Amino acid sequence: MRTTLLIGATSAMAEQAARHFAPEGDRLLLAARDTERAAQLADDLRVRGAESVTCFTTFDASNSDSVQRLTKRIQEVEGTLDYVLIAHGHLPDQEECEEKPWVALRELQINFLSTVQLCTLIANRLEKQGHGTLAVLSSVAGLRGRQSNYIYGSAKGGMNTFLQGLRNRMAFKGVRVVTLLPGFVDTPMTSGMEKGPLFISADKAGRLIHTAMTKKTSDIVYIPGFWRWILLMIRMIPEPIFKRLRL
Amino acid sequence: MNGDGTSWGGLPAVSQTLYPVRNRTHPLPPVDTHMLPYGLGRSYGDSCLNHMGTLLTTDQLDRWISFDPASGVLHCEAGVSLAQILELVVPKGWFLPVTPGTRHVTLGGAIANDVHGKNHHRAGTFGRYVREIELLRSDGSRTQCSRTRNARWLRATIGGLGLTGLITTVKLQLRPIVSRNMEVEEIKMTGLKQFFDLADASDPTHEYTVAWVDCLATGAQLGRGIFFRANHSETPSSLNSDRTRSFSVPMRAPNWLLNPISIQGFNALYRNKLRTDCHLATQDYRPFFYPLDRVENWNRLYGKRGFYQHQCVVPRDGHEGAIQELLERIGRSGQASFLAVLKLFGDHPPEGLLSFPRPGVTLALDFPNRGESTLKLFRELDDVVMQAGGALYPAKDARMSSDHFRQFTPALDTFLPYVDPAFSSSFHRRVLTPS
Repeated sequence: MRTTLLIGATSAMAEQAARHFAPEGDRLLLAARDTERAAQLADDLRVRGAESVTCFTTFDASNSDSVQRLTKRIQEVEGTLDYVLIAHGHLPDQEECEEKPWVALRELQINFLSTVQLCTLIANRLEKQGHGTLAVLSSVAGLRGRQSNYIYGSAKGGMNTFLQGLRNRMAFKGVRVVTLLPGFVDTPMTSGMEKGPLFISADKAGRLIHTAMTKKTSDIVYIPGFWRWILLMIRMIPEPIFKRLRL
Repeated sequence: MNGDGTSWGGLPAVSQTLYPVRNRTHPLPPVDTHMLPYGLGRSYGDSCLNHMGTLLTTDQLDRWISFDPASGVLHCEAGVSLAQILELVVPKGWFLPVTPGTRHVTLGGAIANDVHGKNHHRAGTFGRYVREIELLRSDGSRTQCSRTRNARWLRATIGGLGLTGLITTVKLQLRPIVSRNMEVEEIKMTGLKQFFDLADASDPTHEYTVAWVDCLATGAQLGRGIFFRANHSETPSSLNSDRTRSFSVPMRAPNWLLNPISIQGFNALYRNKLRTDCHLATQDYRPFFYPLDRVENWNRLYGKRGFYQHQCVVPRDGHEGAIQELLERIGRSGQASFLAVLKLFGDHPPEGLLSFPRPGVTLALDFPNRGESTLKLFRELDDVVMQAGGALYPAKDARMSSDHFRQFTPALDTFLPYVDPAFSSSFHRRVLTPS
């Protein structure tokens, strides 16, 4: 029996990804902030065929003590951890971050520091068991800083570099580290945005995440794939030009 | 899939705000405009539209709560589609108790329209199998409605066109099967008399009966077509599916594509697909129940002007003449399309206050929108239906008159007090505004 741990499990993309793990009869561990929504998700995944579902609530990524409590509970899980998806996150109000540095720091705590805290101990555990896949939901926003959301972007950029290093460290330890780079996904996080043709559904993103984690594809996965080419172009624009663009 | 706030018949777009309901425990949005629940947009007319209002889209309300494989009771959120239910329960040996001709409708929509299927003569309508619902109203109340608790709210909500509030969760009783397959018999039908004879003879022996009629036939040919009758196979076989391919109509076809000549050609081909007078076959449940689901967005074949569907029921006693008159008028007009369906309903009392199915015979067919000439034909048909004491199906309607709606809906005054004051639909306002 496989064990899959989903952190930020009630986020739209993690929920959709979980729906693909459940019919495979996994033991599922869900870490989430909201107890009631985690319980709803657990019921749903049981009907879909999950062998067992356990919820770890209330997990609050903005509070490092809460993150610490979660890592402790993960350490106490018996057996192996085969797949881990870290999917929690928060899209900050960029303008507020520019006015109030403490808001910017809180966003970095949610979107970056909490993940470092979690990944460190989880990676050590996977290293010890000699196998496992650790996938983290980052964002294409982390690949180049833009005036419209560079606090979120820098958190994700930090995460991308952290995961690169971790992947390098785990390369010969049997542990896969996967950086997931979604573009625009129709989720509660983006509910305030105008939906264009680049948007995909959370359902599709979930399916791509499940594939990226379970099939031995690339370690850095754009969701969906066409963002690789969009970002390639965006990253090639020289900084003296880029800094003048309104992006 | 239709999830964009349009209706299936392709009526002109209306101005409305989409609000996704993401969780069953969330309150209704704090909006000033009237609200209407919206599933997959398979209602043909304006019963799923809300001009100048808010559509509560429910495609994300798609979580399971529990399924008991021993009793076949499924508990889930109301935005789950019938397709998703089949995918979950068929491999476990269960099936929908009643299914319409498409599986791409939500559970909430199936209840709100109290849909029927080819087994109406045996099973009645969808609403009969609803054990319990939770109804969320604009005053914030959540009411558990079943046959024993708040039964009158259940009766108002079944067939209630989404006007009594938002259905958040549903408990549904399924029916057992031992095979995915159907034992299907197709019989060539030469006229209306034969339809009634076959329907009467098949009711006790076959769970599913329906007929396709060639609506372009007139005179001695009137009512020719194919009679289908079927049962679930009782030979145990694998319940797991193989994926079938579906095709999609990529864009709206030109308006001239479906014209009397192309439709006549189609009907002749379809009629003659039966080489013998009777054909027996074993087939998967999907092509039997959902032949059109293989062609995604088939509604686009009707072009930019879209199409209407006209579905009526007329009582049978002493009124076999009404169906004949309807078919004659349709045949003479030359406007009908290829999807013409005839079915004998059973004698079940209506499940909901506004339920459409009632004892009698129902005729459903598509008409490409040719403007005033189509509407004129409909007015003639409506008069025939009214004189026969029949009714029209709101889920398919985009233009029936207020007077007709009141005539067709004897329980309307009993129903109206259950309408949520913050809920409304384009259909609701249209048929309740005196013409």
